[in-house]
Amino acid sequence: MGENLRGKVAIVGAADTPVGKVPELNAFELCADAIQRVLADAGLRKEDVDGLITCNSMSMPLLYHAEAMAEYLQMFPRYCMAVGAGGGTTFSIIHHAASAIATGMADVVVVAMADSLRSGLSRQQAMLVQSSTGHPQYEQPWGLTVPAYYALAGQAHMAEYGTRPEHFAEVAVACRAHAALNPAAQKRDPITVDDVLNSRMIADPLHLLDCSLVSDGGSAIVLTSAERAKDFPHAPVYLLGMGEGHSHEHISQARNLTTSAAKEAGERAYAMAGLGPRDMDFAQLYDCFTPTVLIELEDLGFCAKGEGGPFIVDQGIGPGGQLPVNTHGGLLSHSHPGNPGSMFALTESVWQLRGTAGERQLGKADVGLLHAQGGILSSHCTLILGREAN
Amino acid sequence: MERTFPTSSALSDAYYAGCREGKLLLQYCSDCQQPQFYPRILCSHCGGRELAWREASGKGHIATFTVVRQPVSPAYEAPYVVALIDLEEGPRMMSHIVNCDPEAVRVGQPVQVSFENWSETLTMPVFQLQG
Ligand SMILES: [Zn+2]
Repeated sequence: MGENLRGKVAIVGAADTPVGKVPELNAFELCADAIQRVLADAGLRKEDVDGLITCNSMSMPLLYHAEAMAEYLQMFPRYCMAVGAGGGTTFSIIHHAASAIATGMADVVVVAMADSLRSGLSRQQAMLVQSSTGHPQYEQPWGLTVPAYYALAGQAHMAEYGTRPEHFAEVAVACRAHAALNPAAQKRDPITVDDVLNSRMIADPLHLLDCSLVSDGGSAIVLTSAERAKDFPHAPVYLLGMGEGHSHEHISQARNLTTSAAKEAGERAYAMAGLGPRDMDFAQLYDCFTPTVLIELEDLGFCAKGEGGPFIVDQGIGPGGQLPVNTHGGLLSHSHPGNPGSMFALTESVWQLRGTAGERQLGKADVGLLHAQGGILSSHCTLILGREAN
Repeated sequence: MERTFPTSSALSDAYYAGCREGKLLLQYCSDCQQPQFYPRILCSHCGGRELAWREASGKGHIATFTVVRQPVSPAYEAPYVVALIDLEEGPRMMSHIVNCDPEAVRVGQPVQVSFENWSETLTMPVFQLQG
């Protein structure tokens, strides 16, 4: 039985907290701040919200994160939960929230996520917490950092398809070029392919500039039904397609090192939307490390398998490129506060589709694709958003 | 600071006990005869619950690898080579490639298991380049 959620749910609020280094607020407070900002954006009182979804933070993990957040804000939702799927959490949360609205579990749902990886954890703690994604008996003892786990996929892609470090570097260069147009981004100074290749090697083939940032930050959105969405201050942004794919947790158990479950996630989302990769005006692709973007471009059908590198060089994914990718700067240059990372890709997409993205507003932004993944290329979720419900 | 030692469970204890004796053990299913790694209480192919340990040949090849230049903690001395090894018997496992020039490691190279004592009670299966 297929889902039939196309155009039934819309995003009517979007807001970010400041990102980068925000030591004056802890992860929990950042999340509360994001919620207050998004209620203002949507023109809502907290009493209007009957659903709340959050995700746990690494710097301040709580057993009942969403419930504690509701209590802090004195909200009393009838639908309340914290979701955990690593970096994929962001969009699987949207998938859950949309289903909840479509089935009447809630009418107005706030999705809020924040973490303080920069200020709430020491560098060593941040490294260890994140690398605990590895299997505690058969992976973690080998001493991999998170970049090292992803490097395994990058190296495999190079060996199988002849991808070169220059191809990976192009991703970082493109994200930085987008970030240069975004006053909210953490890193805005332009970089070149040589800058990436000359930056310190972290885990072959990944250089420092192939790796995403470590940030504080929070973000939130409001979802409601398409019928109600017309009554909000901003033009609604409709959910046209959603799909997930889950292939493994541990990279040593991956079905395939170079083809991810982004393939199934994308196919499911395209099927729901009745659209394909060629219909997308932009794509926000999870870019924890540069090889991830190549693999996603291929698995989501923007190019043939193995041709991610040449696609980036020939078509362009930077500003003015054939397929603008990560128009806010991505995890590589906007911010990466851990699991909430893709929230900023989501709020950015809302602003692009509203037409309010400022200097970086795309000429044509009617439909866009967003993809997030968590673990080590493990849990995948694709969203397709559009300006029109039909 | 200590290296991260594997957490204890009945199955991982049995696996690492094999390493202490210089044996790389794989679980084989008595129903479908297939090997699996990592060890589980059930066969991940057919669900069979009767599994027996058998010693693997210790031969395999490098499916992929990375050279870790910035260690996860000071207990690990960089650079070190982490690889996914496709064992001759089929299953894939993670390990270190030791006693080699990290710059000389390539995908597809044949490797052979050897064992490294990390403490009085823990022996880890590592691999060396062959030929
Ligand atoms: Zn079996």
